[in-house]
Amino acid sequence: MTQPLLELRGVAKLYSQGSGLRALWPGGRQQQMALAPTDLVIPDGAAIGLVGESGSGKTTLSRIAAGLSRPSRGEVDWQGTPIEALDPEARAAWRRELQYVFQNATAALNPRHRVRRILHITLAGLWRGSEKQRDQAGRHERINEVAAQVGLGRVLLDRYPHQLSGGQAQRVAIARALLGAPKLLILDEPVSALDLSLQAQILNLLVELRRDLGLTYLFISHDLAVVERLCDEVHVMHDGRIIEQGATAEVLSNPRKSYTRRLLAAVPRR
Amino acid sequence: MKTLGARLLRHPGAMIGLGVLGLVVVPALAAPWLPLADPTLTMPAQRMLPAGSTGHPLGTDALGRDLLARLIWGARSSITVGVVAALVAALIGSLIGILAGFFGRVTDALLMRGVDVLMAFPYLLLALAIVAALGPGLANAMLAIALANVPFFARAVRGAVLDIRHQDYIDAARLAGHREWWIVIVEVLPNLIPTVLLLMTTTLGWMVLETAGLSFLGLGAQPPDADLGAMLGTGREFLTTYPRVAVLPGLVILVLVVGINLFGDALRDLLDPRLRDRGRRLGTRAGECRDAGRHHDGHPGHDHRHGDHPAHAGRQKAGLSGEGQAGDGRSAGGDCGEPVDDRHPLDQGRRGGSPHDREVSGEGQGDEPPDDAHKGYRAARDARERSNEGGPTTGSAPPLIAAEGLSVLVPSERGAAAAVDRLDLRLQAGERVGMVGESGSGKSLTALALLGFAPPGGRLEGQVELEGTDLLTLDADVLRDLRGRRIAYVPQEPSDALDPLLRVGDQLREAITAHSSEISADADVAVGEESAAELASTEGGSGGRSETGPVRSAVVMAGLGDLGSDKPGAETSKRVETLLNKVGLDGVAGIQRRFPHELSGGQSQRVAIAMALAHEPDLLIADEATTALDVTVQAEILALLERLSRGRDRSLLFVSHDLALVTELCDRVLVLYAGRVVEDAPRERLLDAPAHPYTVALLACSPELGRPQKPLPAIAGQPPSPAEATWGAAAAGCRFAPRCPKAQPVCEQGEPGLDELAPGHRVRCLFPEGSKASDTGDGADSTDRVARADGADEADGAEVTDRRAGIDGDAGNDGSRAHSGRFFNERDSQR
Ligand SMILES: Nc1ncnc2c1ncn2[C@@H]1O[C@H](COP(=O)(O)OP(=O)(O)OP(=O)(O)O)[C@@H](O)[C@H]1O
Ligand code: SF4
Ligand SMILES: [Mg+2]
Repeated sequence: MTQPLLELRGVAKLYSQGSGLRALWPGGRQQQMALAPTDLVIPDGAAIGLVGESGSGKTTLSRIAAGLSRPSRGEVDWQGTPIEALDPEARAAWRRELQYVFQNATAALNPRHRVRRILHITLAGLWRGSEKQRDQAGRHERINEVAAQVGLGRVLLDRYPHQLSGGQAQRVAIARALLGAPKLLILDEPVSALDLSLQAQILNLLVELRRDLGLTYLFISHDLAVVERLCDEVHVMHDGRIIEQGATAEVLSNPRKSYTRRLLAAVPRR
Repeated sequence: MKTLGARLLRHPGAMIGLGVLGLVVVPALAAPWLPLADPTLTMPAQRMLPAGSTGHPLGTDALGRDLLARLIWGARSSITVGVVAALVAALIGSLIGILAGFFGRVTDALLMRGVDVLMAFPYLLLALAIVAALGPGLANAMLAIALANVPFFARAVRGAVLDIRHQDYIDAARLAGHREWWIVIVEVLPNLIPTVLLLMTTTLGWMVLETAGLSFLGLGAQPPDADLGAMLGTGREFLTTYPRVAVLPGLVILVLVVGINLFGDALRDLLDPRLRDRGRRLGTRAGECRDAGRHHDGHPGHDHRHGDHPAHAGRQKAGLSGEGQAGDGRSAGGDCGEPVDDRHPLDQGRRGGSPHDREVSGEGQGDEPPDDAHKGYRAARDARERSNEGGPTTGSAPPLIAAEGLSVLVPSERGAAAAVDRLDLRLQAGERVGMVGESGSGKSLTALALLGFAPPGGRLEGQVELEGTDLLTLDADVLRDLRGRRIAYVPQEPSDALDPLLRVGDQLREAITAHSSEISADADVAVGEESAAELASTEGGSGGRSETGPVRSAVVMAGLGDLGSDKPGAETSKRVETLLNKVGLDGVAGIQRRFPHELSGGQSQRVAIAMALAHEPDLLIADEATTALDVTVQAEILALLERLSRGRDRSLLFVSHDLALVTELCDRVLVLYAGRVVEDAPRERLLDAPAHPYTVALLACSPELGRPQKPLPAIAGQPPSPAEATWGAAAAGCRFAPRCPKAQPVCEQGEPGLDELAPGHRVRCLFPEGSKASDTGDGADSTDRVARADGADEADGAEVTDRRAGIDGDAGNDGSRAHSGRFFNERDSQR
């Protein structure tokens, strides 16, 4: 059996309510379970959809998967090794090969930097410590290459984030995620903030990228129609746990849990 | 974007401030090179010489020293001390603020408790204590003042950093493998600089005053040197006999401080990131409009007028919500909703151009001509409504809100451009109207215009009548009141409605209790189901969540202590619970104690909706209000909105880009493209017989559950910006032509009118789907047309002529060409 790209084993997240000095006091913290111990296996090349209502823990789970937040319990394995145990080289590779696309693209771009600088800064980080670190020309080349991949014109590279449309901003965000030639993209509602035409553009782009680059997706969405289109496996989250999972077609046509049925019933239809 | 300097040059406040400042600063800077007498040279023989004496233009003081020289040198030290103190305070304060804000937790707790301790002392007392410890002297006074101001900067910067820290781009930098200190320098600092600069300019004047105060008490400059304060202090003894000696330094201080404050205010206006570039996304603009309200109440400039100590007012604010935040937003959008007076080319262009425009587009055929022809259209529509064909059930009742010829003009590189162009909209009581269109089509601007808000730097034209009163001619106060009571707004970005530093419960409590005295006065407005009756409406800053602006400042001004002990607390708490219950948040544990960043996206939008509902408005304008919600909650909110409008004759304007959603909720749907209504149809018609190619394209690219293989043909290209729509290549004709698969050459010659296709169904297209014109030559054929090689074939030409003749009632192709040619020229001449 081939090794999964990423595996979450029994990860859980508790958020504490108390803050400041009170939190140092024994019992000064109220803990709240945002994510019950959860397993999730992401095989190489898969496209996994994560659906569920807001507050159900989708973003919490995805941020743990991305290493953006530490699980209170459990372990995250990158290609078989717990991420804390990765040696520096493997760690740098993990950083490059696992990327995240945020829900609100504009907020994910620093308003004070031009698009080109944002991409440069990202590459500087990704290539830190490697022999490519000082390779300015190489950076330029890579940026232009990725910009072409996602259909970002040159003009757009010289803009500030607020001068971009939502769709353009999301393209920049995707471009940034692609810079390090990732294997796994975690996408947190990447199209929910976009209008229909832009959403169609980005969805088509994601389908294309997966086909051309063999990417693996963990795709978070509350839009079942979008998940159905992009993912071959779907996990339904409710109240901080995954309550149902399986092949997309199967789960959507034959939901076993009442929450999944409710989810399906709520989709606006014409 | 112009440089800051260039924009300062054009800002009257900045120029006046600079001029006033220059009176003092220029001589002070030039002092060493000016032919001045030695300011410390005492000449007892020449004591108290009157002004105009030889060698002493302003006379001498009690020790015979030259007053002019002393004033100029005194001003020099006062300014130096003020500036250095501001720099030191900013440096130390920012450092503390950054550490506390960015690294959070224990660092934060320890640092901020320390700051709190400092802030617990009365401000001047603290400065006095520090000088007392260090010993008198100008340098020590400076240090004392700087230190006394550190907490103020620390709190403000921390507030700003807290906000920045939760931004996704910080996480993005972590994902790129950057280290924390690197993130602070590259990602955080650039976003802080404006805040710190603003804080410095607002406190500089105060610091100058404080230095003067310490010197006045003899703790600052020591004789024989003197700054302005020391001069004032010594001059005081002779106030009755030789008032000049004390009055002159007093005047100089006044001029200095007034100049600094004028300039500081101007700088704040310009530096504020939300006003920095005009093409900002609307989410932010809505924020500005909310802040416009806040501007009136909480603006530091107003603090002065209230006779409040600016630093203290600032402290209270900082104590509650972090000055950085507030400081950033408070001055934003000062011109929201305020008409801009200058007439611009577009205006004249529109006046001159529109007759032709109408000729081309077929006046009197059901377009939306604002003048006489309108009556015909209205009569027809009224008749239709009476016969109740697809219209709202309210029959011929006057509309709750009616916009006529409503244009929203926004600034662009080429002058004011119409982002919403001559829009007509009528909403009956209880009617639910949806508004769809791509991003940038003008949906949000329309929604805000109905509240009387113009975007910053822009203005509104036309009419918006709320039960017969034109909102756009109303007094700002009356308008604000209406916004609070009658119309509420749920914003596109929930974060606009929420204060990042207030807990959810306080957030709602604030929305409810502010101006609560008026709740009883307006009790009749609130005839609610459930206990919602008590929610009543409050007099408002500006509709729905916009309420938070003035409300927040009001609370802030009242100081932290008053927040909890507000009004009948139990009742308010009950209302808060009702509201949370209404939006389905009541089950979330500890929800009231949470800060906005502890909420999921959907939860924060629900809080925003709860805040809008707090006012029980007649018209609820929801701008993408459910976009961030998951489907189940979205369905609940839709049901809630529906119930709210059904039961209480409350109208709803529901803005969304999701056609499926809009048709689920609304009776009628307006499709906007590039600021124009291109289709207006009852729900069923829109779904069964969409007529405009744009509507058809939108429907085609909606993903459908159960059809994962359905291709999603994204509409090629991009919608035009307002400037492109006004002056661009397609300006003279159908605005959709560059992207339209059915476009014909004739489409570019004149803008089609908004013609009635079926009762209640209007469309702005020469070749609407399902019409005769498109039936005859459409189908497989239409792809040929997309290519739009050269000229239409004969059959097409004939169709075109037919259709145009039908519209114009005259000529054919040639005639309309002539018209549009003329029209084009006039547009051109506006360039
Ligand atoms: N203050 C402003 N200055 C200049 N242009 C503006 C301003 N406000 C809006 N615009 C422009 O007016 C047009 C309409 O904007 P609006 O925000 O109303 O679109 P929208 O339909 O609400 O889009 P979305 O679906 O993204 O919310 C856009 O092209 C926008 O860039
Ligand atoms: S067919 Fe012509 S008039 Fe109709 S939308 Fe297309 S370009 Fe415009
Ligand atoms: Mg909008």
